[in-house]
Amino acid sequence: MIMKPVEPTRRETFALAAIAGLAAFLAPKMVLADEGMVAAEIKKLYGDKKLESGKVKLDVPEIAENGLVVPINVEVESPMTEQDYVKAVHVFADGNPLPGVVSYKFTPSSGKAAASTRMRLAQTQNIVCIAEMSNGTLHTTKANIKVTIGGCGG
Amino acid sequence: MATPTPRVRVPATAKAGELIEIKTLISHEMESGQRKDSSGKVVPRKIINKFTATFNGKPVFEADWNPAISANPYQSFFYKASETGEFTFTWKDDDGSEYTAKNKLTVG
Repeated sequence: MIMKPVEPTRRETFALAAIAGLAAFLAPKMVLADEGMVAAEIKKLYGDKKLESGKVKLDVPEIAENGLVVPINVEVESPMTEQDYVKAVHVFADGNPLPGVVSYKFTPSSGKAAASTRMRLAQTQNIVCIAEMSNGTLHTTKANIKVTIGGCGG
Repeated sequence: MATPTPRVRVPATAKAGELIEIKTLISHEMESGQRKDSSGKVVPRKIINKFTATFNGKPVFEADWNPAISANPYQSFFYKASETGEFTFTWKDDDGSEYTAKNKLTVG
């Protein structure tokens, strides 16, 4: 059997548009973070230290259909020995009401500086990830996620 | 809400030096403090703000969660097995309560 794609009727289209309009009207005016706030958070943690690129791998979907649960996997290249390991990893989002997402602390017994969790994203935005190595150097990376339905407010 | 139930997946045995992945999940609504109820009042924030994992009392991994972490938070991470012992996983709630789970690991 050939399945025809279900197209919304004219009435349904109007109803949907009305709902979307109403939702936009009712949505509370949220104060969202921006790049400046993320930069300020980083400055608070590490001052004006130089941020290097590389070593950090951020694994996130390009498009997140549901902003309520967006998987995020962070991996930092490191031998993870007593002399050379990843101390901490911070994840920030520049379009959420609050810029912070998660901060990890690793130890040499972690074996591998990788962790994954799930986060909420209010809208399409950039994710910034910073890794602090045991020798004090900082590595950073950034990824853009397009969010179809924001997971925030209510 | 019911008491949060932690669920943890740790291999029961590992070889010395083997890298094992630990997966954890806990049921919790992670109320962000951003939402408003039907009367327009802000629903107060109530999240688990810290997750820690220790092995035989030594710290292994720690995560500070912000309100941007999804409900029923999932967290996975790695551990390099070296000796037989026990993991203790602790979740700290905003209201001060703590939820713990313990898992044994045999290295042989």
